[in-house]
Amino acid sequence: MERFLDFAWVIPALPALGAVVLLVFGKRIGEPKSGWLATGTIGASFVWSLFTFLALQSQAGDHREHTYTLWQWFAGTGTFKVPMGVLVDPLSVVMILFVTGIGTLIHLYSIGYMHGDPRFSRFFAYLNLFAASMLTLVLGSSFLVTFMGWEGVGLCSYLLISFWFERNSAAVAGKKAFVTNRVGDVGFMLAMFLMFSKLGTIEYLPAFAGAHTLSHGTVTAIALLLFVGAMGKSAQVPLHIWLPDAMEGPTPVSALIHAATMVTAGVFLLCRAHVFLDISPSAHVVVAWIGAITALGAATVAVRQNDIKRVLAYSTVSQLGYMFMAIGVGAYGAAIFHMVTHAFFKALLFLGSGAVIHGLHDEQDMRRMGALRKFMPITAGTFIFGWLAIAGVVPFAGFWSKDEILAKAWFYGGPLGKGLWAVGFVAALLTAFYMTRQVLLVFYGNNRVAEDVHPHESPVIMTFPLLVLAALSFFGGFISLPFTKPNLEFLQKWLEPSIVGSTGREIAASSFGAGFLLSLVALGIGISGIAIGVSVYKRGLPADGVDPVEARLGVVGKVLANAYYFDHGVARVVSGPVTWFARLLADGVDGKVIDGAVNGIGRTVREGGVGLRRAQTGLVRNYALGIAAGAVLLIVFMVTRVS
Amino acid sequence: MTAWLAVAAPILPPIATPRVDWPTVAPVVAMFGAALAIVLLRALVRHSRRLVDTTSVVLAFAGMATAAGFLFYQWHLVRETGGYQTFAGAVAVDGLAVFVQAIVLGACALGVLLGLGYVRREALELPELLALLLLCTTGMMVMAQANDLVVVFVALEVFSIALYVLSAFDLRRAESQEAGLKYFVLGAFSSAIFLYGIALTYGATGTTSLTGIATFLAGNTLTHTGLLLAGFALLLVGLGFKVAAAPFHMWTPDVYEGAPTPITAFMSAATKAAAFGALLRIFAGSFQLYVSDWRPVVFGLAVASLVVGTVAAAVQTDVKRMLAYSSIGHAGFVLIGLQVANAGASGNRLPGTAAALFYLLVYAVMAIGAFGVVQVMTQRGDTHHALSDYRGLARTEPAIAGLLTLFLLAQTGVPLTGGFVAKLAVFRSAVDAGQYQLALIGMLAAVISAFVYLRLVITMYAPNSDAENAAAEGAEPAPRVRIDPGAGIALFLTAAAVLVLGVMPNWTLDIAHQATQLLAK
Repeated sequence: MERFLDFAWVIPALPALGAVVLLVFGKRIGEPKSGWLATGTIGASFVWSLFTFLALQSQAGDHREHTYTLWQWFAGTGTFKVPMGVLVDPLSVVMILFVTGIGTLIHLYSIGYMHGDPRFSRFFAYLNLFAASMLTLVLGSSFLVTFMGWEGVGLCSYLLISFWFERNSAAVAGKKAFVTNRVGDVGFMLAMFLMFSKLGTIEYLPAFAGAHTLSHGTVTAIALLLFVGAMGKSAQVPLHIWLPDAMEGPTPVSALIHAATMVTAGVFLLCRAHVFLDISPSAHVVVAWIGAITALGAATVAVRQNDIKRVLAYSTVSQLGYMFMAIGVGAYGAAIFHMVTHAFFKALLFLGSGAVIHGLHDEQDMRRMGALRKFMPITAGTFIFGWLAIAGVVPFAGFWSKDEILAKAWFYGGPLGKGLWAVGFVAALLTAFYMTRQVLLVFYGNNRVAEDVHPHESPVIMTFPLLVLAALSFFGGFISLPFTKPNLEFLQKWLEPSIVGSTGREIAASSFGAGFLLSLVALGIGISGIAIGVSVYKRGLPADGVDPVEARLGVVGKVLANAYYFDHGVARVVSGPVTWFARLLADGVDGKVIDGAVNGIGRTVREGGVGLRRAQTGLVRNYALGIAAGAVLLIVFMVTRVS
Repeated sequence: MTAWLAVAAPILPPIATPRVDWPTVAPVVAMFGAALAIVLLRALVRHSRRLVDTTSVVLAFAGMATAAGFLFYQWHLVRETGGYQTFAGAVAVDGLAVFVQAIVLGACALGVLLGLGYVRREALELPELLALLLLCTTGMMVMAQANDLVVVFVALEVFSIALYVLSAFDLRRAESQEAGLKYFVLGAFSSAIFLYGIALTYGATGTTSLTGIATFLAGNTLTHTGLLLAGFALLLVGLGFKVAAAPFHMWTPDVYEGAPTPITAFMSAATKAAAFGALLRIFAGSFQLYVSDWRPVVFGLAVASLVVGTVAAAVQTDVKRMLAYSSIGHAGFVLIGLQVANAGASGNRLPGTAAALFYLLVYAVMAIGAFGVVQVMTQRGDTHHALSDYRGLARTEPAIAGLLTLFLLAQTGVPLTGGFVAKLAVFRSAVDAGQYQLALIGMLAAVISAFVYLRLVITMYAPNSDAENAAAEGAEPAPRVRIDPGAGIALFLTAAAVLVLGVMPNWTLDIAHQATQLLAK
């Protein structure tokens, strides 16, 4: 059984192989076989992950850390060592299980969703490539291997967002995601450079062991630079702007990459590198408040979105904010817990919205939906499960994990803890409200579907993943039940070795009552949000189609609908001063100095080449002369050195 | 008469034949034997051409396989006992010899694979090509082992004569004949210079044995170094000509362009390896004491090669010529390794010799791969290797364009290809030895050379408006490119090697490193 620990590299290798096969032979394999092939490879990875999990579980608690180096890229000579290996520990096993599990369901769903697309096989090649990169990211034994996966998922995200590149908006959105992510990547790279120069290694375990020897400033810098990387990938303010636009991609992509897995890479990275954060309380504060601002800001924006997927996109940004709040108070276990449950219910919601879009022939505006539960009962039923989960209704998955984060913040204490709790409280209320709004606008109330559209339920291949995810959204929270500690906090206990000594301030045993009370409050918020939502939208939209909230909020509503004009602001700055500055650089510095230099080199090379070509007469006697001249030159030089 | 003999006999010492150490020469004997067998077969069997062709291919591969087997045995031997000399000190069996022989042998196998399709397409004689390739490789393998300047010269002539004929092998094409003739005249010229260099060195040291020279120089202080230094210069000219280092490079573009493409592929890789093997053995071994005298010259040759290789390649409009110039540039990179050959030998540092050996190996696979693609792309008469023939290739032949892109990226030195690791190794050895200027010049040359390679890549991925217009007017589309099985195998092997050497270079780097530690004493 332990052998599986050495063979964990098979888990990313399988989908990578699938991707290669599909890229080369995809057209020949065709639809739907290439979809099944891709699903098969990721499914096999899931099974392999299960065995790896069992293998790790069979180890004693303090031995659950297994590094296996596949090969050394460079070694032997000098200090520059680049080992390529995998690190199997409780954290990476949790990640591979949920990435492969949810990945398999979404691959399966895509076979139905992408039916008839001219680039069907190409889509699955990219999906498999994404899965391989994501698994490399979480399994890597060093920052560099993780970074390779990190770049891989970024590339796949770009390819899949702009998958329908014939649509200009899709192509633009892809570019926006790519460029924004690069900003974060620079942070990640700088963190690695700094670490290597100070510690001489970027392998996880040696780097963590050496972290305590560094100065406080260095550790804070590394932690914050890693956080910049995480902000890009996990869409935290102000690098969140790419995620809502990323919804231009096919919906399964939104579910897999932009909700369940890739966007949580930042959370994973900080949990993996928590040693640096633990040493630096100031880094913790920054992470916590960025998370809080994101959680609240995105939740307010989600209230005023009309596109079914954009609501979910802002909701994802907001939930990611929660996870960073948890990291900010040192509650890494809670962050991972919420990451997993969020993956369940957000994947479910996205796939459900995909089924709606599919059933309505590419309609995404919620104002032209309504009362769809009659036409697509399974989609509606499962969507409601997702809604209750994210709104935090007991006993759905989201309740447990969100409550965990809020409780951890509360008991962290001090102005930071209490402040974070208050922000989380408000955001939770808003979450319940906007999700209620979405469910009522889409599935209940008056039917506002255009007359020539005939809604229909999706095929089984799409509804089956919905059912599985609905079940997971219901039961998912049971993997880590609070109150009963330490007996039933399975996930928390399992993760302990990876995040040892850093689970935040434990809830003291005496505060059990307080914890219970907090849970009741959390439940109360969820219920109130739902109640407000129902009272506003229970009949759908009025005949004039104007959202009641829009009318009541007035100017504020307009600001929210435009996401605080953040995008506009960025665009204004980029098109204004930045473009001006860029033009200055382009025309002045670049045009004259750098271009001059480059063109100068180019011209010199060209002219030199032409000159050399003139020497290349093709006449043997000239060549012989050249050799003779060279020989004379060498002898003359040697003569000068004769002693 | 008999009386004279009777008197003379006691005076003449009996001729002492050196003990023949068969394992030492077994690889060479296997190759030579296979070549002779092919020639005999061709001469004796007259009735069935197919039988002769098939048998000679089998013989060639059997010879190469046997040689490879004995090389493995030699490597094992060298690892067990360290390097040693044999044949009265004329031949060295050591890590350097085995490594270079392995490169040459591999290049020969790939050359044969590429040649099979070429011979069929151009309707040439297969057995002759195989015999000449094997003979040529034999000479190069002897060169790698040679531990005496006279043996070096004999080996040089053996493989050079075979190469002259191979360059002119395509008798019906004037370019091929011209290439052969040019190579022959200039080769003879440089051989003469090389021979004169041997004579001067002998004059200065009283021996042609490389070990003997080293011992002599270590034991005596020369009152006049003129003779010896002039010998250095002329030896460098002779070998610099063979490795295509500037300013002795002018034959290279003409010969590489005119010679049959499989031969170009073979000779670019194998000649460089063999001649650099000799350079490393002579200069980094025997002349190490006078390193301060020859190092500036090698520095100059390296810089000149880098400049000429990259600058002239930028203006070529013919892919074969462009690759020829890039071959000159690569010689410059290996010369960086030679320049710092033993400087980094201590401690953790990478010796230049190891970097140079690794570079030669990587260059062999990327060059043969790139020329292999050119060979696949050319059509009957060895035409279609102009830059414009590659326009829009990615659309019509994505696989071929992808392969050539891989080889060109490797030659540029993009990470995860062997070319990156090879360049990194050379630069590292230079930096370890404190030769920052040379490392810097090398890096600049690498950057400029990117322009050369990417120009071809961009051409391949650019739309071919001419062809599309022609197609729109109903003109006949260009014939589809066919990859014959031999070339297919060769391309697959080289592509795989380029990637493996880039992703997992450690093992090979280690072997190159060990090879330089196991020198014959």
